[in-house]
Amino acid sequence: MSSSVGIVKAQRATFDTPLTFKSGAVLPRYELMYETYGTLNADKSNAILICHALSGHHHVAGYYADDTKNIGWWDNMVGPGKPIDTLKFFVIGLNNLGGCHGSTGPSSIDPATGKPYGSSFPVVTVEDWVNAQARLADQLGIQRFAAIVGGSLGGMQAMQWALAYPDRVAHVLAIATAPHLTAQNIAFNDVARSAILTDPEFHGGDFYQHGVVPTRGLRLARMLGHITYLSDDAMADKFGRELRHGKLNFSYDIEFQIESYLRYQGDKFAAYFDANTYLLMTKALDYFDPARDLNGDLDRAFSAAKAKFLVVSFTTDWRFSPARSHEIVHALLHNRLDVSYAEVTSDHGHDSFLMEDAQYMTVMKNYLDRVGEECKQ
Amino acid sequence: MNTSIIQARPDYAAIAAWIPEGSAVLDLGCGDGSLLRYLRETRKVVGYGVEISDANVATCIANGVNVIQNDLESGLADFENDAFDFVILSQTLQATKHTEALVNEILRVGREGIVSFPNFGFWKNRLQVLKGNMPISDDMPYQWYDTPNVHLCTFSDFENLCHTHSVQILERQVMTAGRRVIAFANLLGSMAVYRVKRAA
Repeated sequence: MSSSVGIVKAQRATFDTPLTFKSGAVLPRYELMYETYGTLNADKSNAILICHALSGHHHVAGYYADDTKNIGWWDNMVGPGKPIDTLKFFVIGLNNLGGCHGSTGPSSIDPATGKPYGSSFPVVTVEDWVNAQARLADQLGIQRFAAIVGGSLGGMQAMQWALAYPDRVAHVLAIATAPHLTAQNIAFNDVARSAILTDPEFHGGDFYQHGVVPTRGLRLARMLGHITYLSDDAMADKFGRELRHGKLNFSYDIEFQIESYLRYQGDKFAAYFDANTYLLMTKALDYFDPARDLNGDLDRAFSAAKAKFLVVSFTTDWRFSPARSHEIVHALLHNRLDVSYAEVTSDHGHDSFLMEDAQYMTVMKNYLDRVGEECKQ
Repeated sequence: MNTSIIQARPDYAAIAAWIPEGSAVLDLGCGDGSLLRYLRETRKVVGYGVEISDANVATCIANGVNVIQNDLESGLADFENDAFDFVILSQTLQATKHTEALVNEILRVGREGIVSFPNFGFWKNRLQVLKGNMPISDDMPYQWYDTPNVHLCTFSDFENLCHTHSVQILERQVMTAGRRVIAFANLLGSMAVYRVKRAA
């Protein structure tokens, strides 16, 4: 596609005002890692916030001078001439609280004890994240975002912005997301968590002090997640029933290519991701439900929103299916909010939102071009 | 821009004339969103379109028109009763499969319906049939083998359907080549716009 934003640098923001979590827990001080691309215009009206999903972070686009192969996770979407055009917009990516990429999280040192937070790190919710993001925006001098964009768990944050800070976001782009998880979805998360929680090396979350990592649990959690992010068809296309050694070995070693792929993905992930962060992220997914205190009335939940919305789903995404996006669209319609909805035909399941699909890219680009025109006015 | 749109689609002006300012409007089969854009500019409507085609959805978004990508023949089930002041079916009726069910759905979701379609009974069409060919006209510019139109009808056919489904016709505007037709509508009119509601 178009060119890259090039060399980028991660930055660290420090917050000394205590943050009270939804659970009641208080974090006296915390740090957030972030990156920015593009230039903030004079009236600070062209900022776009990118909210990441379960395993994402602040490195959204470009690459590092000392690590040119480390390309941002949404580099196909964010860059000069790309749908989230860094020639027009000032784009911010951050690593959420509880993350494991430099923002304060379970693996960070708790200044009160001199040890990693581990099990004492508060359970964090989408609401807490958005509050922390709002403080980052304050620090960067951004009163109102031109758009907040997120896929999956990131889409939940983008929607939460419209509910909690209706005057601070003009457009919400909620992609491959849901107004709350279904029981089946929570069930998948619980199996993933169980894999971690029952790993003997988890030590109740305080494995850092033991010098071990619950790799087996984390690996299983990721393998399960991966299955649910792909579609049946995509998996069949990519792997089929292909055997690694061309014949049956009558053993429990890797035989089918899909096994090889899943184990590889599991190992890769377990080598860098923090088990406590994984637990927190899945919990935040499970808890998000803006209609919970309103007898499940999503229309009322969205009544505070003022933003304009673009909702996108993918036909083969069964973890965050189009039907879940329809729920969002109808709640917005009933509140007479501006909303467009694209249901993109794609083979790649939930992972589609990270892929480069022509229709998806066109929809995003067309929508954001209009957002860009509003910034100029 | 408005002038050229009105020349291309004379039904737009008739539709706009019936819609009070600020109404909530659903346009089924909204195409590239030009009617919704026209209604937003002239009547300040809160409008949404339903459209199935990827290309049209992308164009609506580029035009700043709210569009919901869905099949209008199955996708209305999600909409609540009386969710809109007006549900519009502009030059789409004749291309729908479950036409009868759709007419009922329109009047469930909308307090009023606005329906426009070409008249198969227009004298030029009748003449072509008499000569032995399927009619081709400005309103029906297709060959029989590539037409999306599967349920063509005459004005009186549509009015009979309304009658049997307790649909009240509030107003009708008949046109030929952009001009209003007053007399012998079913013979002299090439297309019409109807404003309908559920009979009390």
